Amino acid sequence: MADQVENAAPADRMEDAAPILQLDHVSKRFGGLLAVDDVSFNVAKGEVFALIGPNGAGKTTLFNCITGIFSPTEGRVVFEGRDVAGRKPHDVAELGIARTFQNIRLFGYMSALDNVRVGQHVRMRAKLWDALFKTPKERREELRVTERARELLDFVGIGRHGDDYARNLAYGQQRRLEIARALATEPRLLLLDEPAAGFTPQEKVELMQLVEKILGQGITVFLIEHDMKVVMGASRRIAVLDHGEKIAEGTPDEIRNNRKVIEAYLGKSA
Amino acid sequence: MIRLRNVTRDRNQLVYLILIVGVLLFPVLAGFVSPGDSGNYLLGQAADAGVYVLLAIGLNVVVGFAGLLDLGYAAFFAIGAYTYALLASGQLNSSPLHHAVHLPFWILLFVAVIVAATAGVILGAPTLRLRGDYLAIVTLGFGEIVPKLFLNLSQWTSGVNGVSALDYPSLPIWIEGPWVGSSLSIVRGFSFAFNSMAYYWLMAILVLIVVILVSNLQRSRLGRAWGAVREDELAADAMGINTVTTKLLAFSIGAATSGFAGVFYGSKLSLVSPENFSFVVSVTILVMVVLGGMGNIPGVIVGALAIYYVLFNVLTNLPANAKGIANAVGLGFLNRPAPGGWPGLEQEVQRLNFLIFGLILISIMLLRPQGLLPSRVRKEELEKGVAE
Amino acid sequence: MVSIALQRTRSIANGRLGSLLLLLALCVVLVVVGQRVLSGGLSFFIQILVFGLANGAIYGLVALGYTMVYGIIELINFAHGDLVTLGAFIGLAFFPIFGLVEGKDLGLIGVAALAAVFLIAMLLTGGINVLIERVAYRPLRNSPRLAPLITAVGMSFVLQGIMYLWKGAFQIHVPDILPGSRIPLGPGASVGVKDLIVIAIAVVLVIGLNLFIDRTRLGKAMRATAQDRDAAQLMGIDINRTIAATFFIGAVLAASAGMIRGLYFNTVNFSDGYQLGLFAFTAAVFGGIGNIQGAALGGLFIGLVKAYGDAYFSSAWTDVYVFAILILVLVFRPSGLLGMRVPEK
Repeated sequence: MADQVENAAPADRMEDAAPILQLDHVSKRFGGLLAVDDVSFNVAKGEVFALIGPNGAGKTTLFNCITGIFSPTEGRVVFEGRDVAGRKPHDVAELGIARTFQNIRLFGYMSALDNVRVGQHVRMRAKLWDALFKTPKERREELRVTERARELLDFVGIGRHGDDYARNLAYGQQRRLEIARALATEPRLLLLDEPAAGFTPQEKVELMQLVEKILGQGITVFLIEHDMKVVMGASRRIAVLDHGEKIAEGTPDEIRNNRKVIEAYLGKSA
Repeated sequence: MIRLRNVTRDRNQLVYLILIVGVLLFPVLAGFVSPGDSGNYLLGQAADAGVYVLLAIGLNVVVGFAGLLDLGYAAFFAIGAYTYALLASGQLNSSPLHHAVHLPFWILLFVAVIVAATAGVILGAPTLRLRGDYLAIVTLGFGEIVPKLFLNLSQWTSGVNGVSALDYPSLPIWIEGPWVGSSLSIVRGFSFAFNSMAYYWLMAILVLIVVILVSNLQRSRLGRAWGAVREDELAADAMGINTVTTKLLAFSIGAATSGFAGVFYGSKLSLVSPENFSFVVSVTILVMVVLGGMGNIPGVIVGALAIYYVLFNVLTNLPANAKGIANAVGLGFLNRPAPGGWPGLEQEVQRLNFLIFGLILISIMLLRPQGLLPSRVRKEELEKGVAE
Repeated sequence: MVSIALQRTRSIANGRLGSLLLLLALCVVLVVVGQRVLSGGLSFFIQILVFGLANGAIYGLVALGYTMVYGIIELINFAHGDLVTLGAFIGLAFFPIFGLVEGKDLGLIGVAALAAVFLIAMLLTGGINVLIERVAYRPLRNSPRLAPLITAVGMSFVLQGIMYLWKGAFQIHVPDILPGSRIPLGPGASVGVKDLIVIAIAVVLVIGLNLFIDRTRLGKAMRATAQDRDAAQLMGIDINRTIAATFFIGAVLAASAGMIRGLYFNTVNFSDGYQLGLFAFTAAVFGGIGNIQGAALGGLFIGLVKAYGDAYFSSAWTDVYVFAILILVLVFRPSGLLGMRVPEK
């Protein structure tokens, strides 16, 4: 079982020259606390990029700066050539960045199907008028949206649970639903915040297979993760954060043997 | 897996069916119950109840769908009513304008909707980003300011006297027949004045239209966006929903419905004055929504009818009824004023209104916060929330 | 877009520039009012000033209750204003028992009797509020925000209903036992001894409250619970007791405000609480919700606004001013004068 995790093929794509995401000297300060300290790196299109680091290193804060929940104190966040730093989350989603949350933030009291339909909100074209009068245009779009929602649920593997309340789903199903919902926004960059947390080894394998499938759709995946096997196995490149600073960047092999990284995780006794 | 939503949907459809049958049969029943005036008084009451039904449906959009507590909803009601009052009467003759405006009722329905919706946008744009309780107080402030403005700008609104002699709705031609006791004929210049039956059917049609439109919204992209924003605003934002616009739409649609109701109200009562739009009115509508079941349209309709009945029938008749009951069970001595300040059972019961209202609100929130006919969503939400 | 412009405006308003603008706005208001003031004369101005401060003291005492409860459980206690009226009603009931009737000179024994009535009214109202919290708000502590808010509205109605049943709809006369003498200030203007007494009592109570919050263990527990309930609980603080104590103290202050108000205006009515509560809440928000000093200052401010609004402009519009202030503060500077930057979610 463990072998399977190690040997799952990392993403092996031909990437474009221009990076899909560029972090350019990004810093985030909260009063006296410098949560993110001058972080710069690029994420290439079509790859799986991982961000790792000890707890409290600032990884989720960085995600929040990218997706617009926070506004970076300094620096630029360039997505597909456009600086998106400081934009509101819904603008960022419209531009093509979607995310899942560390603590799963589903719409618990809506069905799985509805959750995914909400994800499609930003790509729907029906206007208020159409909704009020249930015009044929709106009806057609609703059918299409439902169809697509079912497709996405199948894609992530929970197709049978469309009508269940999101909060009644099993933990693993909820994580997958969150991914389906994020995919519904038709992103070109998908941010996954600890997608494997609490997973069994079997579920981790399935997750990595899902990431493969997502890559196959032409979507770049940027993930935060603690499980080293998943990280080493799935990602093509990795950046390491500690106390808000980037202390290393490179391929899994390079990171695995990086002294600073080992010290950051294990303490300076080595 | 419990298919809860199907149970709820079936129940809702049943309630709608009962309501439709009830509306169709009511005029007949009214005629039976009070043949003296062919049931006109009851029909008029039913039409008045319809105003509250409209208001409840509107507030339900704001509170039930989008989860925004609005404690000043009566302000939009006032705006709708005064729009009609100023544009369908001789009022503007005595204003600095010196020229009365008499737009037809049917046009004013649309005008008031636009005016009220605009007011909703004006109030909502700067305030909807506030946290829930702050928003509640701001709406309360608005609910205080608007009637006060109508009161103070007496040059335009006759202040405390209100605007009276409002035009009645009329139709250029209409058909009359055996249902009003005359032979089948076409009538010119049909006026709604004092015609309870006409108002009754008009209200029924208005309610039907609003229910259809709002239900359509509920099952649309916007309805889902409202649910998402209500549940988890951050996640909704991250999924591409512009939360401010979404809330603003809820606000203005709720306001528009209120404007609708205000026009009907003004045209039937033929009088509009500031004290009819007080905080108590806002709370009354809130009670209707909460009691009926927040977020559930048939629920709030039932809630509105129930509270209307309690307020305008049970409580107003309670003093007399209590007296009658006391007499019947041999406690007749309670009816007479007694030394020590007991004013007699009739007076005492009249004083109970405030208390009963408050007790209803508290009991609902403590015992059955999801209301009488909960939407499937609320039922889950609120049941889990009440601490042991 | 409108929303971005608004966001920029608000971030400016909450910053240092915002404080400057606030000061500027105040100056503008002062200039406008100043014209009226000059025509009315200085003595009149001072008379209204003292009157405004006295009223402000009352609002401040009530605002303290709002701000403390909001600070600790983030609930706007809608029924708080009605506690003020309740305190007055209760006190009123004890007046004859303690021999406090109109026309008699107060004297030393009278003062002692008055103090006793104050104490009784404050303690009883405090106890009632603790009961209310236990029965109506505590079960809903984990419910969505809407629930306790609606319950509070209901409770307000219940209190008003009880008072309506108790004393009816009309204005009730409160015996005029405070010294009615006035200190002349100049031609046609004077300051009432009553005003000074009111201010004095309020100052004593506020100082007492501050000492309590700062020095005692319970006060510290309140501050801790207000900051971070879970952490406080982990530190061994009994949350239920702390919250109950907060409600108790808030009601004590409200009752004192009610008594003072009754003695000052010589009248109470069952429905006084509603508007009084709204004004006091405006004061609390203006001063910075959750901030004790802010509530006191906010109260004074609103008292002055009402006094000057009524005196120099038409009193019909005073309500509109106060509510406009409420809305403007909440929209542009929700942290109020002294409050912390309140994050929006």
